[in-house]
Amino acid sequence: MRKLIFPVRCCLTAGKNIVQRLKTKIMKKEDKRTICRQADSSRIKQKIGFGIISLCMFTTVLFLFAIICFIGVKGIRVISWEFLTQAPRDSMTAGGVAPAIVGTICLTLGAVLFSFPLGVACAIYLCEYTPKSYIVNIIRISINNLAGVPSVVFGLFGLAVFVKYFGFGVSILSGSLALGIVVLPVIISAAQEALLAVPQSLREASLAVGATKWQTIKKLVLPAAMPGILTGVILSIGRVAGETAPILFTAAAFYLKGYPKSIFSEVMALPYHIYALMTEGSHPDQQTAIAYGCCLILLCLVLLVSAIAIFIRQKQRSYYHG
Amino acid sequence: MDNQTSVKIKAQDVNFFYGKHQALKNIKLDVLANQVTAIIGPSGCGKSTFIRLLNRMNELVSNTVLTGRIYLDGQDIFASCVDSVEIRRRVGMVFQKPNPFPKNIFENISYALEVNGIKNKQFVEERVIESFKKAALWDEVKDRLHDSALKLSGGQQQRLCIARCLAIKPEVILFDEPCASLDPISTRKIEELILELKKDYTIAIVTHNMQQAARVSNYTGFFLLGELIEFDKTETIFKSPKDQRTEDYITGRFG
Repeated sequence: MRKLIFPVRCCLTAGKNIVQRLKTKIMKKEDKRTICRQADSSRIKQKIGFGIISLCMFTTVLFLFAIICFIGVKGIRVISWEFLTQAPRDSMTAGGVAPAIVGTICLTLGAVLFSFPLGVACAIYLCEYTPKSYIVNIIRISINNLAGVPSVVFGLFGLAVFVKYFGFGVSILSGSLALGIVVLPVIISAAQEALLAVPQSLREASLAVGATKWQTIKKLVLPAAMPGILTGVILSIGRVAGETAPILFTAAAFYLKGYPKSIFSEVMALPYHIYALMTEGSHPDQQTAIAYGCCLILLCLVLLVSAIAIFIRQKQRSYYHG
Repeated sequence: MDNQTSVKIKAQDVNFFYGKHQALKNIKLDVLANQVTAIIGPSGCGKSTFIRLLNRMNELVSNTVLTGRIYLDGQDIFASCVDSVEIRRRVGMVFQKPNPFPKNIFENISYALEVNGIKNKQFVEERVIESFKKAALWDEVKDRLHDSALKLSGGQQQRLCIARCLAIKPEVILFDEPCASLDPISTRKIEELILELKKDYTIAIVTHNMQQAARVSNYTGFFLLGELIEFDKTETIFKSPKDQRTEDYITGRFG
């Protein structure tokens, strides 16, 4: 009897176990399914979100590439060694644009030389020397508003003040100063942000070893903020090189035979040259081709300068962040 | 009174306000020369505020008011003729978070000398080495003096900050929770260092770690809500505090 019952029992318990296992398996599966369903829906949402964002990103990049390609294809036709090194001939239909390239470089350099020290000093004053107060807020707001002033206004201002009142005439100096004012707010706000990003603990550490405020700024805060400040300069170079309105009345000449001789001479500049080629003269076809060539050169100049500044910034950054 | 127990820093009826909030109320406290004075208390009790008054670090925060006097060797450090830079040269400070400069290890120390007008190369080098040795860091950095200080570990960075502080030979060293961001082993190294430094310097240390206060200090002050509740020898504070609140805090009933 026993011999019979034992295997039956065994079978029964085994069966029970199997049923139990199946049950838990099914339950687990169902659990998994609901979890999966939730995961699926969040994953789809995530995919849609990423999709939209990347679409926006690609559109932006597309614009940039479209511009570069368009200008590149149209401009490359007229680019030659002669185009880069010679002055215009035959009422702008032949020859090169070398004086305009040199002029743009002079104006950009002048504007940065003027606005960089001024802007950095201003940012240091606002960030390091003045406690937060009503007046400082007003100054900040004024600077931000300065950034919003249309550049042609600076052109007129430059004409009235630098050209006429100070008697600099239509010259590199007047143009550089007018351009400098245009980019001053960019440099100031970049410098301010860079200074604010330097941790307070560094200033404390320096003061605690008996450094004066000035020593702390000069030897510690400013070097640490320099990469950020250079970013502002990069941005400003791009703007200065391309601005037309401020130099319209202050620096630019339609046509010059040679290169500028001093900071008091008139210059040709690429952006104004493009404008002149497209609006004046009697050979529109040739002039348009040359204008595209100028655009390409201007783009390359800006990209080149930016690349140099980024290189400097990276070098400093890697030094200051170990 | 012999030299061992002369008063180095004397705080007299110090009140301190952040805007309208009163952070310190009538603090009277003496920091004795060549002793370690610990200041303990729960967060927000004003202990860091107090210690930052002793080298005029509070001046970096705007909209604050101070009343009362703090004397360093009998001289009022907030008197109008006293230069805060001079005070900070005499009263060094080590902060809660290690704050090395983004420079190399050697420059971190030489900077302290440079800003104090010490330029002689050989002298600077000797002083840097001496400071590293005193801060028990020399063996770890001697082969990498030109690496960035930011590559050091947290504990090493804190000892670097101590070395930087020692380089200009201050009379007093203030420690503002120097081990708050360090692991136990680094903490022990710093504590050993403090015990070592006590021979030559007057030390004040803020800590919220009571065991640390008990281990390193000779005198302890207990702060609560901006008031100095009790100030006495460390032994007395920990074994037989007079005030109930001190006892409650030390035995862990609050805080």
